[in-house]
Amino acid sequence: RWAMEQQIAVGEFFDAEDFVEVSQVHICADSEALGPSGVAFLEKLAGAPAEQRRVSVPTVTDPRGADFARVASIKQPEAIVALERRAADALATLGMILTDTCINYQSVLPPVRGEHLAFGDTGSVIYANSVCGARSNYEGGPAALAAALTGRVPRYGFHLDACRRGHRRWRVTQPPRSLSDWGALGALVGRAQESYWQVPVVEPAGGHKPTSDQLKHFGAAMASWGSTAMYHVCSVTPEAPPAEPGAAALELGHRDIDAFYDSFAPSREELDVVVFAAPQLSLLEMQQLARLLEGRRVHEATALLVATSPEIRHAAARAGLVAAIERAGGVVLEGVCFYQMHARVLAEANGWRTLMTNSAKLVNIIAGYGYEPALAPMERCVEAAVSGRIVR
Amino acid sequence: MSEIRGHRGIGRPVRGIALVAADNFSARYDLDRERGVFSRPAHRLFGQSYVRKVLVLNAAKGGVATSWMLAEMAARDLAPLALLLNYANPIMAQAAAFSGIPLIDRFERDITQAIATGDEVEVDPAEGLVRLRSKAPRSP
Repeated sequence: RWAMEQQIAVGEFFDAEDFVEVSQVHICADSEALGPSGVAFLEKLAGAPAEQRRVSVPTVTDPRGADFARVASIKQPEAIVALERRAADALATLGMILTDTCINYQSVLPPVRGEHLAFGDTGSVIYANSVCGARSNYEGGPAALAAALTGRVPRYGFHLDACRRGHRRWRVTQPPRSLSDWGALGALVGRAQESYWQVPVVEPAGGHKPTSDQLKHFGAAMASWGSTAMYHVCSVTPEAPPAEPGAAALELGHRDIDAFYDSFAPSREELDVVVFAAPQLSLLEMQQLARLLEGRRVHEATALLVATSPEIRHAAARAGLVAAIERAGGVVLEGVCFYQMHARVLAEANGWRTLMTNSAKLVNIIAGYGYEPALAPMERCVEAAVSGRIVR
Repeated sequence: MSEIRGHRGIGRPVRGIALVAADNFSARYDLDRERGVFSRPAHRLFGQSYVRKVLVLNAAKGGVATSWMLAEMAARDLAPLALLLNYANPIMAQAAAFSGIPLIDRFERDITQAIATGDEVEVDPAEGLVRLRSKAPRSP
């Protein structure tokens, strides 16, 4: 009943006419977002009779707030870890699969075209809508929980054809040079969107065909800097309109990307922490990082953290990539993302302030937690980690 | 007394003092939820307390965590009294439904221009109406 009341209130707010069944739910329920009241809410629900508390469709989880096996290496306080354990236990009791990942579209079960979903991470929603042609709105934790219990969501927004059409056109004039370039492009497009209801159309440079990881960074940054749930890339994504070389479009090139990098300028050069996360790394990104760190050693005054999903960490360990990163002094965390790990508490516990990352999403989020971030390609982040100084 | 009409909202009617900026909003990105202040240096309300204010901003930004976070803020009496946005996204609507914090959006004119910080307003979500009860002094 609680779930239906929540869904009716949201459905009426957005003028939904009915509900649509979903095949998968993905829920954000880390302890940093939940807080003690959210954890208590989940525990109360988990205490209900089995027939009332079990999710009715397959439900997987977004990153949690602690990697229980590696708490000591980043000085996470016990109180946070205890709260996270309570949340995880409640989610498991509700029948969810604790995948603890924001890249479920790469590592769990990729959505297919036309599939209706209730995804609970902005990066996973924008990827599912744009790249896979599936259909999901942003479903925050309580809404994803309601969808998991009822097996349906109010039919509005990106479940409807009318919402998925492109608006403003963008033309990329030079191919992005790195994953962080893709992220910067996504951020620039996302920042210019006026609301959730706008869908940008992007014409890539010279017929360039992006990879899954490139579109992952592009979409995650766009969703974070705007509130964007879908984009089209002409000749790449399934619902994109054709490129129109003569049509009016906003142009973006290397000069715009470089200016975006330059807009992040920490007040000192000493580098406290390098973070590869947001989104979690794919197996191929893990390999790229391991190769860059080969024969190198992270500076003693700098921490290097990597966040990936439990499945990808396991695969990376089998391939020798985790050992390679750890040999260089890095810490490979599973099932978490940096900003969901109570980043403000981590800053206080470790004395961290300056942060370098190749994630255009993370630089958007982390300043609010008291960090001074810098954005750079993965190669330059590694150079900085080794030298202990921000490399610009 | 002037009225500003929006789309039908969510939540109970409330009356309070407005805190306004033509900026966007995300609980995770912008707030120090322990101290009840805006903590993102680039935000126009940086350093200001939003606690028990009618928060008037432009649009919802990325971040799905806002719906849990607003409920936690309300449980600790460190939440805004209501949210008025030009454009909510689903997360804000879900947050309002879950936390009980009233929300209205899609106004007939730019709500961040129609109301100024310090104005006293009445928020009536069922009617989709904001009534301006008294105006704060405007700078010349």
